[in-house]
Amino acid sequence: MSDYEVIIGLEVHVELKTATKIFCGCTTAFGGEPNTHVCPVCLGLPGTLPILNQKVLEYAVKAGLALNCQIAEYSKFDRKNYFYPDLTKAYQISQYDLPIAEHGYIDIIVGGKEKRIGITRIHMEEDAGKLVHQGSTITTASGSLADYNRAGIPLIEIVSEPDMRSAEEVKAYLEMLKAIIEYIGVSDARMEQGSLRCDVNLSLRPFGQAVFGTRAEIKNLNSFRSVERAIKYEIARQEDILNDGGQVVQETRTWDETKGQTFSLRSKEDSDDYRYFPEPDLPPIIVDKAWVEQLRQDLPELPSAKKMRLITEDHLPEYDASIITASKGTADFYDGLRKHYDDAKKAANWIMGELMAKMNSQNVDWSELKIIPENMAQLLSELDKGAISGKIAKEVFAEMFDTGKKAAEIIKEKGLVQISDTNAISTVIDDVLANNPKSVEDFKGGKKQAMGFLVGQVMKATKGQANPAVVNQLLNEKLSML
Amino acid sequence: MMIDRAVVEKVAQLSRLALDEKEIELYIKQLNDILSTMEILKSIDTEGIAPLAHVLPLKNVMRADEVQPSMAKKEILANAPDEIEGMFGVPKIV
Ligand SMILES: [Zn+2]
Repeated sequence: MSDYEVIIGLEVHVELKTATKIFCGCTTAFGGEPNTHVCPVCLGLPGTLPILNQKVLEYAVKAGLALNCQIAEYSKFDRKNYFYPDLTKAYQISQYDLPIAEHGYIDIIVGGKEKRIGITRIHMEEDAGKLVHQGSTITTASGSLADYNRAGIPLIEIVSEPDMRSAEEVKAYLEMLKAIIEYIGVSDARMEQGSLRCDVNLSLRPFGQAVFGTRAEIKNLNSFRSVERAIKYEIARQEDILNDGGQVVQETRTWDETKGQTFSLRSKEDSDDYRYFPEPDLPPIIVDKAWVEQLRQDLPELPSAKKMRLITEDHLPEYDASIITASKGTADFYDGLRKHYDDAKKAANWIMGELMAKMNSQNVDWSELKIIPENMAQLLSELDKGAISGKIAKEVFAEMFDTGKKAAEIIKEKGLVQISDTNAISTVIDDVLANNPKSVEDFKGGKKQAMGFLVGQVMKATKGQANPAVVNQLLNEKLSML
Repeated sequence: MMIDRAVVEKVAQLSRLALDEKEIELYIKQLNDILSTMEILKSIDTEGIAPLAHVLPLKNVMRADEVQPSMAKKEILANAPDEIEGMFGVPKIV
């Protein structure tokens, strides 16, 4: 047990899913040739004027509402000044003292206990361009190449209170935040693709001490896993420093995924050094209260509410409900499946079992899925009717997953229909008994495991298509009469 | 004196300006003159007046989320001091 309490706050940047950039009409499409989605505005050429994309404001307000924030009646943009070649204007248009939303929270569950994590603020800002360094690292590079396609892509930055106390809490917070953002449809929120980025502020203090210790900010975290690993590394690093009587330096550190370590990047500039001042090119934003209320009413069911519904109405165990609602993709698939299929628990089992296992092993995303909920419902109905066995159902499912074909089609094509016809099975059993006299003798002599062997032979002879329940019943009857 | 040498040096560094001794002296004086003039504003009674974020009587100037053509890459890069592979070449950063 450590002597120190861990204090963590997050700054999460979310790329908004708008068609155009925040202050100009350039497309936000990903993957264009370098510098083809650029215009004088997002290049910051003199004499140009930014104009706010109204969708950005709408998405930011939606996010604020979904994260239980108060929406500012009066909000404005500011210039954050710093020199870096990914920023053509030498300032970033952001929001400083009057952000669009403040004072929110997210409820998370860790170790069976609910905890509320405060959200300090949400503000709108523009993304910077992308730099490619000519050399293996930024410090040894001979120079850099700038692509400004990303410059001006709209972002919201969601700043949490320093309320998290462990890597587990951070993971739960991030997962819930990601799910909420996905549900309200303002971003893809995919960390691996950079549409959700997370910086971690972490400090330690002796238990019982009121003031926070000096914190380090960790950047370059590209997956949930790297967030967790970086936090564990950083806790150990700061612990070592404090235990040796040293002092943690306030600085920005970068996470090196291959080395599994954080490295000092630069000491943190004081916030004063950014010399924020009101952006004179953009007038203030005064949001209409009725419009905000309309957006609030139009919010979709959010993960926590959906989870409660699955527990109370569908009678799913809490664990199942958590997993099903943790991402919009899973939740949508479940809802789709339930529209055509009644057994909630079985639906959940198949999604969490077969479906998610296949998606993980083949690295398939919900948007790339070939199997549709309606077809999956048909498969489960065939299984329930006894038309196919559980084992066959998994085979059919695998093919549906790969090809997107309908269950009935595959069952028919491959002749996989389960044989429940007593006469047909009876004939096969008679053959098996005639061909395996030794096992029959063993069974009569008291060796019960011989039964299993005989069942296996029947299943083999029917290529797994015989209804196991019928096989067991008939075999028992026949053996007892021998 | 509100602006001393340290402030000028810091601001120059943040602005990536290389100042010589004469310039530093000049800016210390000029910046102090400007700030002294601005001090006059402090004599105005602003009690009950809301802070102003923008000088024009405008609010909520926005555009629809509709894609407009970007600029031709050739034009965009026309002023680049150093174009490499369709990108802006910049000197070593750190
Ligand atoms: Zn543009």
